[in-house]
Amino acid sequence: METVEQNTLENNIGKTHNVSGSLAVIDALLSEDITTVFGYPGGAIMPIYDALYDFNDSLNHILVRHEQGAIHAAQGYARVSGKTGVVFATSGPGATNLVTGLADAQIDSTPLVCITGQVFAHLLGTDAFQETDVINITTPITKWNYQVTDANEIPEVLAKAFFIASSGRPGPVLIDITKNAQLQLFDYKGYRQCVHVRSYRAEPIVRNEYIEQAAKLINEAKKPFVIFGQGVILGNAEKEFLAFIEKAGLPTAWTIMGMSAIPTNHPLGVGMLGMHGNYGPNYLTNECDVLIAVGMRFDDRVTGRLDKYAKQAKVVHLDIDPAEIDKNVATTVAVWGNCKETLPLLTALVEEKTHTEWFKEFDIKKEKETTQLITKELNPTEGELTMGEVLNVLNELTNGEAVIVTDVGQHQMVACRYAKQTKSRSNITSGGLGTMGFALPAAIGAKFGAPEREVIAIMGDGGAQMNIQELGTIMQFKPNVKILILNNSFLGMVRQWQELFHKKRYSFTDIQSPNFVTLASAYNIAGKQISKREELKASLKEMLDHPESYLLEVAVLHEDNVFPMVPQGKGVAEIVLSKEEI
Amino acid sequence: MKQEHTLTVYSENQVGLLNKIAIIFSRRKINLESFNSSPSEIEKIYRFTIVVKETEEVVRNLVRQIEKIVDVFKVFNNTNDEIIWQQIALYKVPTSIIMKDAKVERLLRQFGANVVVIRNDYTVFEATGQDDEINNLLKELDKYGLIEFVRSSRIAIIKSSEGVHKQVLDMQKNDPRKSPINNEYLNSKSKIFQM
Repeated sequence: METVEQNTLENNIGKTHNVSGSLAVIDALLSEDITTVFGYPGGAIMPIYDALYDFNDSLNHILVRHEQGAIHAAQGYARVSGKTGVVFATSGPGATNLVTGLADAQIDSTPLVCITGQVFAHLLGTDAFQETDVINITTPITKWNYQVTDANEIPEVLAKAFFIASSGRPGPVLIDITKNAQLQLFDYKGYRQCVHVRSYRAEPIVRNEYIEQAAKLINEAKKPFVIFGQGVILGNAEKEFLAFIEKAGLPTAWTIMGMSAIPTNHPLGVGMLGMHGNYGPNYLTNECDVLIAVGMRFDDRVTGRLDKYAKQAKVVHLDIDPAEIDKNVATTVAVWGNCKETLPLLTALVEEKTHTEWFKEFDIKKEKETTQLITKELNPTEGELTMGEVLNVLNELTNGEAVIVTDVGQHQMVACRYAKQTKSRSNITSGGLGTMGFALPAAIGAKFGAPEREVIAIMGDGGAQMNIQELGTIMQFKPNVKILILNNSFLGMVRQWQELFHKKRYSFTDIQSPNFVTLASAYNIAGKQISKREELKASLKEMLDHPESYLLEVAVLHEDNVFPMVPQGKGVAEIVLSKEEI
Repeated sequence: MKQEHTLTVYSENQVGLLNKIAIIFSRRKINLESFNSSPSEIEKIYRFTIVVKETEEVVRNLVRQIEKIVDVFKVFNNTNDEIIWQQIALYKVPTSIIMKDAKVERLLRQFGANVVVIRNDYTVFEATGQDDEINNLLKELDKYGLIEFVRSSRIAIIKSSEGVHKQVLDMQKNDPRKSPINNEYLNSKSKIFQM
């Protein structure tokens, strides 16, 4: 492993002899400029927590109420800030409680370093108290993991962990440290940041001939169509991406993970892809002649049925991860590399165009979606409140500046369809894994990651109850998080599928909720419950204006469905606007 | 079309790596025909030889997923015509029967087998070769009261692999950007398929 010399010794811990493994862990975090840690103490990680005690000023530790809350908070923190999220958890149940978050971070490429305590090395494999084989449990859901049994390894392994987590296609790394290694005293030679691991290629090398081939395809295209994902955000390539689409005048759609990389009202933006994305971009995927995919992985929720996906199109795929090329969709030209690097090369070679006629097709589809669906979703005049109108009023009040953290389900789809966003890293959601219970802890983390921004957690009544214990974290550490519960008294998305595909047999989707406002008040969090249209705007404003966290529960239409929809097993062009079409 | 692919994986020698590679297959419910690990020609670098019967498309994705493992340097994917490969097998038969009924000398010559041990109670034969050769001897010895049989996993040398050593070593260089290029596959499959 190659490393860069860093003279951090004197600054952080001020000693070299008889340094404990735990202190070396703290020094590693400080040397990596980590300021925030989310965690929960326990037997096997107590030496690290003991070392942490002396560094309260420089390391802000947020005590969550469940380890799953810690890792989702770290994800929210990482997603909003671009920095690596750090988690502490103890062995056994502490470590296994991280599993969902690791899987979520792995599939959504979120940089995390999770440090778990482990039983003494001599007890490994003896079924000791709170011993779990966390390395083998987490192998498929981490980018890298490693068990440390000797304190001498700690500086190098943590340096490697931070490098691997944040470089290339980011991902979660888990380092399991046995208690003896945490307690062990050793001669500490200082922390050196890692810049290269010999068996690991963070980014593939950019090759000009493929850039040239891609540019040729784009220049010759009559109906080019750009679809992009989180790669643009992860590569900090928002500007480069805009320059590219603006020069070539390309209609551009985002995946749920790519959302907010360009402003949602950008003139070249034609909306969101996916099962509940916009009508035009889904439908016209099967009409374009060149499909340019940037930093996205052709998830099945985006492609629908693969053998009916963009079969007519030549596909240009820009991605940093070689394993994504040809994984789901066969590529005509693959441009490997960080899009921050590849996009400017491509921009230089593409011709300036406008594609006016082609854009008109998107306009027609948008018109159809608007008249048949969007208008009545966003501006209903009678009946119960809809989720769409809540979002619409919220947009007015936030002007698209807020960070929207969503949970999973109907409200998530509605929020991502209708939220107005003007800044990158504004849309934080569990995309790939679809983890209910994500929003509340992720919003807490997001607030610590971007204290200057308004953070609004939007969730359904089901997801709200899944990590609700984190209200305790809000109570204690007081991040200013707005909690918006869209309550339809159902597990709405499952109920929608039961209605559409299971003959309305509502098997266990009728869920009861506690009085969320009373519950919040038990945690010293102000709140309000509303159900009337005339209260909506004032209440949302009250929530946003409240100087501290606030919970607003909005009772919405009981049996509403999210449309458009690409039904499972159907092609993207078979997208429907109402249940009558299914 | 499904056919045998031999994957040659160069990796760090690290605890748990075998599992990291194996779960790439098991997650996709793909059975391994054979799995061998050994030191490689390069000090401290390990070499796994994996045989899998799948389509080119599936194998290509598998290869990329394995290369994605942080501790893996490089994966080569070859069909049988691109490699020299061997397996070794051991056969234990009762000495009394084999000496009485079989023409041992002819057997050894015909199947290219060797005798490893001769004892009063049993004799152990060893044969090196490919599936057919090993199976033919198995069938033959079965007639003489075969007591025990074991066959090793496949080991293989890539025919046109003059560059392997250099490529793997190149990855050790400090500046990874100057190392060899990986997306050769877009050009026609030249000497060997590689990522």
